Amino acid sequence: MSVNATPAGADVAADAERAAGRHAAVPAQRARRRSKAPLSENKRAERRLGWLLCAPAALVMVLVTAYPILYSVWLSLQRFDLRFPDQREFVGLENYATVLTNQFWWTAFGVTALITVVTVVIELVLGMGLALIMHRTLVGRGIVRTAALIPYGIVTVVAAFSWRYAWTPGTGYLANLFDGSAPLTERASSLAIIMLAEIWKTTPFMALLLMAGLALVPEDLLKAASTDGATAWQRFTKVMLPVMKPAILVALLFRTLDAFRVFDNIFVLTAGGNETSSVSMLAYNNLIRGLNLGIGSTMSVLIFLTVAIIAFVFVKLFGTAAPGSDDGERR
Amino acid sequence: MAVETTTRAKVRWGLLDVIVVVFALVPVLWIASLSFKTPATLTDGKFWPREWTLDNYRTIFDTDQFVRALVNSIGIALIATLIAVVLGAMAAYAISRLDFPGKKLLVGVSLLIAMFPQVSLVSPLFEIERQLGLFDTWPGLILPYITFALPLAIYTLSAFFKQIPWDLEKAAKMDGATQGQAFRRVIAPLAAPGLFTTAILVFIFCWNDFLFAISLTSTERSRTVPAALSFFTGASQFEDPTGAICAAAVVITVPIILFVLFFQRRIVSGLTSGAVKG
Repeated sequence: MSVNATPAGADVAADAERAAGRHAAVPAQRARRRSKAPLSENKRAERRLGWLLCAPAALVMVLVTAYPILYSVWLSLQRFDLRFPDQREFVGLENYATVLTNQFWWTAFGVTALITVVTVVIELVLGMGLALIMHRTLVGRGIVRTAALIPYGIVTVVAAFSWRYAWTPGTGYLANLFDGSAPLTERASSLAIIMLAEIWKTTPFMALLLMAGLALVPEDLLKAASTDGATAWQRFTKVMLPVMKPAILVALLFRTLDAFRVFDNIFVLTAGGNETSSVSMLAYNNLIRGLNLGIGSTMSVLIFLTVAIIAFVFVKLFGTAAPGSDDGERR
Repeated sequence: MAVETTTRAKVRWGLLDVIVVVFALVPVLWIASLSFKTPATLTDGKFWPREWTLDNYRTIFDTDQFVRALVNSIGIALIATLIAVVLGAMAAYAISRLDFPGKKLLVGVSLLIAMFPQVSLVSPLFEIERQLGLFDTWPGLILPYITFALPLAIYTLSAFFKQIPWDLEKAAKMDGATQGQAFRRVIAPLAAPGLFTTAILVFIFCWNDFLFAISLTSTERSRTVPAALSFFTGASQFEDPTGAICAAAVVITVPIILFVLFFQRRIVSGLTSGAVKG
């Protein structure tokens, strides 16, 4: 079934793209028809080359995401447990009712939302500080930037193990500071450690995105504000922040959606124990441990929808200019 | 007076630098320290080892489990990086240089994929790959890695491609080169630094993945190190795996540290230039 559906799906996508292209190109073509013929020939060749160069990337991205997500919508409408394959049948929205009335789902949803909000807010503040340091420090700029890149580059699982052993009673230097208690066996302290691990790992990425915004702040403007008697805080809020607004929104959007996917740290630190599962963790457990494709797919679709809604709200509320969206207008 | 303030400012910035460096390095030093501890001192709770040993490293390199995983990690990440950078470069060239309808759509689609929750793909890919026989194989992991690396590659590369002096391309075309030849002969060599930077970023991304690695593999055949780490049980079942896990963790951290040390400037410019044009 999937073998047949794959090329067909790709063709449809390509057709849609071509149709959209034809539509947009009509006025341009009309204008060109009046000018010399060779130019139009050139244009057509350029267009063909453009499509040709983009086709492989577009094809891979569509095949590996669009098709599976549609397939998981289809799976989510079925009772499909790999341990009982005979009982596979179409059940409509029953799986959605099951998941949405399930207490574990909502606990995981709450945990994920909490982790997302808390970490992103803290990362924004710390990231701004780190960005300022990386951008403006008078000494050792290279060293700071190199050090900051280490959390960004390190494998999340490795960092998570480091935090886990640090908080393991007896073994860990951090656990011993708190007279050998076992923080990873209690819910509140586990969540705090998960957040700490997330913040440590991703603040540098936030800072790098913000630093890109800082680089856009004109130095003259800061000097002028300084001459006019603006304090450092005023320069920051009145000059830097407005210029950086697009970069801040992009960084927030990326980090929020990334934080919502939290998985690796939880897997290693608590394995979801003590009600610290995120939605990703729960979906994984239902699928790989439980082998329940129907319920697992339902959760996948719900997570996808949540992420889509968050992205939509961001774009609508803040009018985030999508990064790279000006590429299209560029000649 | 001016000299005095700059000295004071320098000290202040220096202190902030130290805080950042310590904060960034402590967890890495900690796991490295654990990996050098002897089993007897492993649980002493000291930050630095009292007795140093390389036994943990000897243990992991003696087990097939780790060596296979390391080979898988390197092979899968390298192949995925190569393909993603080649496809990404083609698309980025078209996006930054050519005028064709559907361009905005492509940029939009890749942005969507950059934000896509990977876990949503785990269940359908698990089932699809089982049917196609791709489950627990290298291509089974390479394919999703390419997909999620492509947006990163396209953004970073289009940012780099915009900085290339394109008049050279025009000159080449005037001398009779076609668009394709201009790309291969003139632009590709100029774009090499950007390609290299993108390759590093993509490699880090593939090297880092855990969710696909534990979901789409089931044996040593294709399990990568991050996934293998979570299944580590030590040389024998009765041995505490902590030392072995830490040693394996350090081994897969080494390439990252090397990249960061040698290519800090490139990585920073790659990450910042790709992200901001907004």
